[in-house]
Amino acid sequence: MFKKILIANRGEIAVRVIRACREMGIAAVAVYSEADQAALHVLKADEAYFIGPAAATESYLNIGKILDVAKRSGAEAIHPGYGFLSENARFARACADGGVKFIGPTAAAMDAMGSKTRARQAMEKAGVPFVPGTSRGLDSAEQGREVAGRIGYPIMLKAAAGGGGKGMRLVHRQEELASALEAARSEAERAFGDGEVYIEKAIVNPRHIEMQVLADEHGKTVYLGERECSIQRRHQKVVEEAPSPIVDADMRRRMGEVAVRVAQAAGYTNAGTIEFLVDEQKNFYFLEMNTRLQVEHPVTELVTGLDLVQLQIRIAAGEKLPFGQEDLAIRGHAIECRIYAEDPEQNFFPSPGKIMQLALPEGPGVREDSGIYEGWTVPIDYDPLLAKLIGYGTRREDAIARMRRALDEYFVGGIRTNLGLFRRIMADPDFQAGKLDTGFLDRMLKASGNAPAKKDAEAAAIAAGVFAMLDAENTGHDRPATAPVSGWKRVARAEGLRGEV
Amino acid sequence: MIATVQIDEKEYRLKLTRAGGWRCELDGREITVEVVPLSCDAISLRIGGRVYEIRRDTMAGATRIWVGNANYDATVYDPRSLRGRKRGAGEDSGPRKLTAPMPGKVIRVLLNDGAAVDAEQGVLVMEAMKMQNEIKSPRKGTVQKVLVAAGANVNPGDVLAIIE
Repeated sequence: MFKKILIANRGEIAVRVIRACREMGIAAVAVYSEADQAALHVLKADEAYFIGPAAATESYLNIGKILDVAKRSGAEAIHPGYGFLSENARFARACADGGVKFIGPTAAAMDAMGSKTRARQAMEKAGVPFVPGTSRGLDSAEQGREVAGRIGYPIMLKAAAGGGGKGMRLVHRQEELASALEAARSEAERAFGDGEVYIEKAIVNPRHIEMQVLADEHGKTVYLGERECSIQRRHQKVVEEAPSPIVDADMRRRMGEVAVRVAQAAGYTNAGTIEFLVDEQKNFYFLEMNTRLQVEHPVTELVTGLDLVQLQIRIAAGEKLPFGQEDLAIRGHAIECRIYAEDPEQNFFPSPGKIMQLALPEGPGVREDSGIYEGWTVPIDYDPLLAKLIGYGTRREDAIARMRRALDEYFVGGIRTNLGLFRRIMADPDFQAGKLDTGFLDRMLKASGNAPAKKDAEAAAIAAGVFAMLDAENTGHDRPATAPVSGWKRVARAEGLRGEV
Repeated sequence: MIATVQIDEKEYRLKLTRAGGWRCELDGREITVEVVPLSCDAISLRIGGRVYEIRRDTMAGATRIWVGNANYDATVYDPRSLRGRKRGAGEDSGPRKLTAPMPGKVIRVLLNDGAAVDAEQGVLVMEAMKMQNEIKSPRKGTVQKVLVAAGANVNPGDVLAIIE
């Protein structure tokens, strides 16, 4: 087993990997940019090394700097987390060349699956069902119009190197295609350094269901069950759950077997995810493979009882999978909410800034994977994911009840978050009935209603006064200078001088 | 303390005194309250037999009071001073400032000085946390002046454009 692992990432996922390292007695090495001097992953690591300016291209995406830290620190392996360099075959190759084990698939498997166009070519050969479209990048808008005309609108433009909804555009009409293609290309170029974009027929309001696989380096591949990821905004997953409300044992087995076939066709090793689109008749189509650990891996961990990060590390160290397909069972139900620094009441504007207050949920069936702490300033330079809240219960309705209770215990002050959005989702009748598709969230947001009832205005009024009086008593010693309270304090203090306090 | 407290749109007249316990009068009604301060921004409030978990969140000068999972915009006024209270008068006419809702970078300016603009139409595009967002006009009118250029870094509250 490795003695020391470098984590080439930041935020909650870096903390998640550090925790696995701790549990396995492995030293964890963090890297950090200028914006992350005080980030949680740095505080939690055994060693931490500065790698440059806030811009990811000069720090977390800089292969040379990260390998240099691996050498200096004596790390034997690198866990890439998700995002950043996690699906970069050049990085995996550079690790191999540098004598450091990349915790993930081989560069060759990434090349085969990491590019969505090449993956589609491989699936064509392996006879896996996939969504109609091109299996090669578009040369021109003209070619795009030709293909779209053949498969029919609406179509989806997608970055071959894509992920996380970047470089992706839904196109309803021929007139929109040229500008959408240009936008998708430039976004893909910025996000992935690769502007290749291909066309796929857009299946309207499908479900998005994915299958987790694990493959060791001795030829064994297993599937760990599905995750329902249909609740999305701007093609970004917002809530995930396992198992899917519509997948039964038979469908799980069929999807799982296709997923294993996909992974084996690519010579895949380590943890990976095969994404499927599922139509209303429960037909499933291969969409793409994510050659990394997913953000939503905790829901699978809770329903299988496995630790995916530890297994990734064991596989990378050359160990055999300690179980077979027949040993795996799904037990209970888990739901994850992705907590972002963004304001659902203000068109989801990002809301970086200092976290003035933080109260975390506790108690039965609650897991919180976080990258934040009270007093930390959320930087503007990276994506707005703060933490993931995962609820677990015997049945789906138990998991929902747990999640609702946990959301009410959760409080983040000083910045806006989307916690309120999750309260709405959990209370939504369609969500509770498991009636989900990728259009669910947009429909829910358009329909008003189920906002929390404002029945406690009087309690709020009394509390506002109490706070003002307490401010006056504390004379501001324990208030951070950044919180403007002057008006409140002035009133209360003036009143105090009149002897009424 | 005697103060006028505005909660969302509604105003309350609040009298609070503290001599050992708390005494509270809301709009002339005597209310039995107990207060357990938890931090400078969190209290447990009991009114009659009911327990409320209450937090105060102050952002960019505006205060919200959270009672459980519902939040209320809150302002406490000194009743003797009307200063700062008569805000909002005439806000719907005359020039309106378009301000940055977040720290970030101006990516594109979509409308030039003098252009006609609809309510909710995008005036410029800002980027923060890897997300691009359109900053929209609060109302129909004319773009009097755009005060920033593409590439500019801005802070929350910075004036980006004036719409008239």
